[in-house]
Amino acid sequence: MWSRSSALVLGAMITFTAISRVEAADPARFGIGRAATPAEIAAWDIDVRADGRGLPPGRGSVSAGAKLYAEACAACHGEKGEGKPADQLVGGFGTLATTKPVRTVGSYWPYATTLFDFIRRAMPFNAPQSLSDDEVYALSAYLLYLNGIVREDAVLDAESLPKVAMPNRNGFTTPDPRPDVH
Amino acid sequence: MIEAPRRFRESRRRFLAASASLAGGIATGLLGSSRANSADTAQQDNLPPYTPRWMKEQGAPIQSPPYGLPSPFEKDVIRRPRVATPTSTAASTNTPLQSLHGIITPNGLHFERHHAGVPAIDPEQHRLIVHGLVERPLIFTMDDIARFPSESHIHFLECSGNTAWTGATEKSTVQHTHGLLSCCEWTGVRLSTLLAEVGAKPEATWVLAEGADAAAMSRSVPIAKALDDALIVYAQNGEHLRPEQGYPLRLFLPGYEGNINVKWLRRLKLGEQPFQTREETSKYTDLMPDGTARQFTFIMEAKSVITFPSGGQQLRGNGFYEISGLAWSGHGRIKRVEISTDSGASWQEAQLQEPVLPKCLTRFRLPWSWDGAPAQLQSRAIDDTGYVQPRRPQLVDIRGLNSFYHNNGIQAWQVAPGGAVSNVV
Repeated sequence: MWSRSSALVLGAMITFTAISRVEAADPARFGIGRAATPAEIAAWDIDVRADGRGLPPGRGSVSAGAKLYAEACAACHGEKGEGKPADQLVGGFGTLATTKPVRTVGSYWPYATTLFDFIRRAMPFNAPQSLSDDEVYALSAYLLYLNGIVREDAVLDAESLPKVAMPNRNGFTTPDPRPDVH
Repeated sequence: MIEAPRRFRESRRRFLAASASLAGGIATGLLGSSRANSADTAQQDNLPPYTPRWMKEQGAPIQSPPYGLPSPFEKDVIRRPRVATPTSTAASTNTPLQSLHGIITPNGLHFERHHAGVPAIDPEQHRLIVHGLVERPLIFTMDDIARFPSESHIHFLECSGNTAWTGATEKSTVQHTHGLLSCCEWTGVRLSTLLAEVGAKPEATWVLAEGADAAAMSRSVPIAKALDDALIVYAQNGEHLRPEQGYPLRLFLPGYEGNINVKWLRRLKLGEQPFQTREETSKYTDLMPDGTARQFTFIMEAKSVITFPSGGQQLRGNGFYEISGLAWSGHGRIKRVEISTDSGASWQEAQLQEPVLPKCLTRFRLPWSWDGAPAQLQSRAIDDTGYVQPRRPQLVDIRGLNSFYHNNGIQAWQVAPGGAVSNVV
């Protein structure tokens, strides 16, 4: 059992489960767990979808992103996103069909919204979930600018980020064609 | 206290010194360097015609330690990283398949792949929220999860990056080439049970799974898989999950690539589209020669590997050896395994060790008499869909060398005249 409660309590819980199963209005349900409150859900509901659902209020500019990138990102991803030791984030255009493909935000990622989602949930590596939403917008804008995808004066927000046209947007195929060897 | 006579005290000191030096030695397994060659006088004293010293006094007391550990002589049976990585938290280690028997991976040897290290989660402070396209968004404690009807199933887990397309050398061991593979008995609740509890809406076609690690690792799962054999797991091989395997709660999707089996599970969100997370777009997609990439290639296709004899091992003389290995398929059961000892010119059917379970490792064996000549050993698996494990060149012809993931090609080991076994690059 997970809690530090006694075996006696455990026994009582099992009995209660059996009763609640019998008495549940919907026979497919067990009546276990409690309703998640809107506040609980909102605080943990951090994903951003390709159509922009989940993007928070706020905005960030390329210039604000440049400043923040130098402080929080450049040590691992290089001064201009060239990588080493962490992933290269910039460039690689035209390489995907060659013997040395370079997969970056610019050359490979199909959605700009994924950039916001990933930075917000996992970066910077030494302090994830420490950036404000404005800062995440700014970093997204700067990385898209370094890749030549948005202009130097761009300011991104929930409205504009999902509209950014990613070069490799149509580079992915589904469904899984395997087995492809017969 | 009863004082032992002087001669007994002396012999105990000698014993302690000898056992310390032994524990510091290298345990090389069944066919490692011959112990007789390096034996000192103390070791000779334990062989016939002498009586071993461990028969002449009491062994270690109970609870030494309270949670048991392998013999010190097994100290080299450990997980090892395949490649050096810039950080030790976004990294992986491989299972020592060459040292294991049967099909179960001991919990401490299950391969690791973390994106932001192993979080130290107090189960009393862990919650699972299930929301999105549901009738009743619910939040569960670990005690809640443990109250649901449970199931146990033995399944393999394989990282889709197992068996790199490039980079292996003649010195590569099976731990290096195939060790992002493990197999445990997993216990938990069917995901379909939780989805019935929250009341999944008919328009829900994908489920986002999110971890409580510092990467908040997230992947999208098709609803058909979620309602089929998907499990919300809290135990492996009889005990609660190891922290490296998602303690206290993980998603387990039998037969699917490792990454989507989200560890430290804290949130499931139902939606009508895949969520296009970083891990299912920029990673875990398979780049093809024309520059397009396959997305959502979940299933680990049939594969096998000989674990003995395998790279880095040494045969000692001609004669009988039992070839042994592992076969598995993310589609179902292994139907047959065939072994070649002549570079693929001819094939013999291996014996399959029961139980042969779906989406589970199957141990195969074949008696072999080595005549001392060079021999190239290969295995190929056939699963119950009729799929035959392909040769690597067949895969490369179609997928090129940039696809990174899902290499299930046939593995070959070369046995040299002296008995040294090496990887065939």
